[in-house]
Amino acid sequence: MIWGVLQFPGSCDERDALLACERAGHRARLVWHESRDLDGLDGIVVPGGFSYGDYLRAGAIARFSPAMEAVAEMAGGGAPVLGICNGFQVLCEAGLLPGALLRNAELRFICRQVDIVDERSGERLSIPMKHGEGRYYAPEEMLDELEARGQVAYRYAEGHNSNGSVRDIAGVRNEAGNVLGLMPHPEHAVDPLTGSTDGLRVFAAVAQGAFANHGSTKAPGE
Amino acid sequence: MPRARVLIRPKEGILDPQGKAVERALPALGFEGVDHVHVGRLVELEVEDPERLGELCEKLLANPLIEDYEIQTL
Amino acid sequence: MTVGAPKHRELGLTDHEYELIVEKLGREPGDVELAMFSLLWSEHCAYKHSRKLLRQLPTEGERVVMGPGENAGAVDVGNGYAVAFKVESHNHPSAVEPFEGAATGVGGILRDVFAIGARPIAILDSLRFGELDSVRSRHLLDGAVRGIGHYGNSIGVPTVGGEIYFEEPYEHNCLVNAMCLGLARTSEMVRAAAAGVGNAVVLMGASTGRDGIGGASVLASAELGEGDEAKRPTVQIGDPFEESKLLECCLELLGKGLLVSLQDLGAAGLTSSAGEMASAGGLGIDLDVARVPLREADMEPFEIMVSESQERMLAVVEPARVEEVRAICEKWQTGCAEIGAVTDSGLVRVLRGEDVCGEMPVEALVDGCPLYDLEPAEPEDWTYGNRRTLAVGAAPEEELLALLGSPNVASKRWAFEQYDSLVGSRTVRRPGQADAAVLQLPETGGAVAVSIDGNGRRVACDPYAGTIEAVLECTQNLACVGAEPLGLTNCLNFGNPEKPLGAWQLDRSVSGLADACRALGVPVVGGNVSLYNEGPDGPIYPTPVVAMVGELPDPAAVPGLGFGREGETIAILGPFEPNLAGSELAKARGELALGLPQPDVPAVAAACERVREAVRAGALACAHDVSDGGLACALAEAAIAGGVGCQVDLHPLRERGCTPEEALFGEGPGGFLLSGERATLEGLGATVIGLVGGEAVEIGAGDRSLRLDLAAAERAWRSLEERAEAVE
Repeated sequence: MIWGVLQFPGSCDERDALLACERAGHRARLVWHESRDLDGLDGIVVPGGFSYGDYLRAGAIARFSPAMEAVAEMAGGGAPVLGICNGFQVLCEAGLLPGALLRNAELRFICRQVDIVDERSGERLSIPMKHGEGRYYAPEEMLDELEARGQVAYRYAEGHNSNGSVRDIAGVRNEAGNVLGLMPHPEHAVDPLTGSTDGLRVFAAVAQGAFANHGSTKAPGE
Repeated sequence: MPRARVLIRPKEGILDPQGKAVERALPALGFEGVDHVHVGRLVELEVEDPERLGELCEKLLANPLIEDYEIQTL
Repeated sequence: MTVGAPKHRELGLTDHEYELIVEKLGREPGDVELAMFSLLWSEHCAYKHSRKLLRQLPTEGERVVMGPGENAGAVDVGNGYAVAFKVESHNHPSAVEPFEGAATGVGGILRDVFAIGARPIAILDSLRFGELDSVRSRHLLDGAVRGIGHYGNSIGVPTVGGEIYFEEPYEHNCLVNAMCLGLARTSEMVRAAAAGVGNAVVLMGASTGRDGIGGASVLASAELGEGDEAKRPTVQIGDPFEESKLLECCLELLGKGLLVSLQDLGAAGLTSSAGEMASAGGLGIDLDVARVPLREADMEPFEIMVSESQERMLAVVEPARVEEVRAICEKWQTGCAEIGAVTDSGLVRVLRGEDVCGEMPVEALVDGCPLYDLEPAEPEDWTYGNRRTLAVGAAPEEELLALLGSPNVASKRWAFEQYDSLVGSRTVRRPGQADAAVLQLPETGGAVAVSIDGNGRRVACDPYAGTIEAVLECTQNLACVGAEPLGLTNCLNFGNPEKPLGAWQLDRSVSGLADACRALGVPVVGGNVSLYNEGPDGPIYPTPVVAMVGELPDPAAVPGLGFGREGETIAILGPFEPNLAGSELAKARGELALGLPQPDVPAVAAACERVREAVRAGALACAHDVSDGGLACALAEAAIAGGVGCQVDLHPLRERGCTPEEALFGEGPGGFLLSGERATLEGLGATVIGLVGGEAVEIGAGDRSLRLDLAAAERAWRSLEERAEAVE
């Protein structure tokens, strides 16, 4: 499995994402934002940080980059795409994921280890969050649709929703299930020296396409 | 070149913690009787073709899912 | 145009200094020259009152790769790598606009580190404000913390440690000291000295505006008259996104060997960078202000030379390589302008196209400032006042609750959660987990630890002993994570050195710093001085902030500051002689006075070594330095962190001659709180005082014995959050 990790001016956690992919037993290379060359890549990570300074709106400018245009095509073809924090914001702005991310309810940047629950398996993962604009939002009708289609991938465990996200949503997937975005940082939970290693499971899940068509309330063939 | 001003506001109904924070701080600073504060953004620009402003707003300057915008040509 | 006071006085130069300038130039200075001299001969840039004292500091050591005088100091960490670090103050701008002041303080120290070719890997901050019941202090605290978070988080450098203190003497003069650590391949590090006559001088980064010019506005030409203060803001505005691009650009340029030298633009902008580069290289520099990219079209030459616009760097580049440099700057979307050349004239010449606006000998500008001797006079009494906040006759539990809840002792989680402490994947010990931050260095297989410490109140009691204590505190904090000190940086924040009290404090403090570093064998590799921190109510506490970087072989072996589990043995180790002088309890009782016991540096150093070895052997569950609030607070902190109580008795301390109160709440260097297996602790020579267990902090101390529920202790200890966010 070879991941491409996008790099925009202002990306911060791209090198961490590279390291994490390697710890997950995969290979990875950086993809400069001006490049459309995704040759040989099996999947994409859109990393955390402050692409373009978060100016205008987080992710609003990055989503227009040539690299993101190529990623959109690749995603359309079913390749796994993982958006982390700012990456999640970029994917929402690009329309590859539903919803939007707003300023934390308490108006403060928060860096804190939190528990999130994998909605497919019920597994509880300890992963750090670190963001100022991570409050997930979507209109009620859209939320109901997302729930019905099993598109909510992760929720903050009880008492761990520090940013006011609606319905405790920490991460969502697209309809096809190959694109996943989450606000907490799995790439910072891959090394026992620096914290938990639960993040490895997120990389594995996305690489394996584990979210595709999972959790739907419709049985296959229905 | 023609100039325009775009006002971008959080959509009605969306939690606006910035607006709330400002609203709550006002009485302590001696301003009573101020309600419904919302905080948005202002973008000013010179644009060759003002017809394209709407598209510019929809695609980049505002996020239509969570924001409303108003164009003022100057 | 101002009439009356001569321009030079309005710019802060004395008549004598002005005469010296005239003498060195052989004529009266023009406006641009006057502006440049006034900045480079200011206390901030010239260290007029401190430079002689600073010569006492030991600066050499076999691990020193770069010492004082460069943009940052650096120490060898093995395998061809060096860790660069420095701390700097941004006190006065932060008092005006705390968010931007603190943010640009971080921006500036980051640039100092990447200016020598090191990639920044960590930030720490040391902050001081007035008491939290002041609206102003809450505002400054809030702004400064948000500003540090904004800049550090956006640029992707983790903030891994720091300290915050609240004392009345800082009410009108807050302190914001920012530290940065960076990692570099020793062979790729670069110095600031300009070299190569004929080489190009290139300005990179953001465009130049009127930031920070305020004070020099007296030089404005007649056309820019009244109502133009707004055009010359004293506040510098930072843009971490711009700096992120500039940082990557500079590191790429250095990696490709495209730069002869590099200097960041900080205080006094182009004036100081150009001057210092020329001076270090023993050469001259020609600068053409017409080629400086401007944010505002109509800037005058003096404005361009003194502007403190952020996110700019100055480089010397061989002419043949300028285009390559330009191409890389374009790739990173950051500015690049060739604005001058290195000459052999020994002059700094400021040109505007063909016109010469100023021409000064480098030596006069950078080194010609007179240095002054201090006239210290030891005070007879404590001059900082006292305020009693603790009820008379309070029971020991109430005293412990009051201390745990006091903002100096209480958890700073509210602040450090606003900082990204994880980016970079190096952080082995996050804020609040251990007494020092620990960062892994996969590049060398080991790790570094860093601690930043200072206690102005104790230094006010005795500037000599108090400063030694700060150095010992750092050493102890590093020992708790198994780290051996490699080097030290310091920021000396003091009042007015021209007054006898300020002079005495500075003089004694620097002596203490020099003596402590010498005794410990730790070189000072760089630092900063901030003087004249005085308000209408008097000077700040004399506050030498000391930061140390140390190395440790195995980051996996590092314990935390909390008890491990039920049944563990608790012990104390070290020449701890707790005393109430200068303590948090004395403050709470309104009993602060001059005088501190003199620290026994060799004995503390020996204890540090024992703890260090034990930590490295993986023998300890908890290793926590005893500091603010004394042993009772240290025990409570370890219990809260471990989620389990303790039952101890302090009679061993009492046998050494302490009163029960001193044993509980006395402060001073040399105290380590440890937990682990009994045999291990006794083998270390530690003194067993009890066991981990239960749901309370139980401390036997004669007639001051106490028992406090862990939950109540934790509530008090976490009270800063509420107080910091209190709406008036």
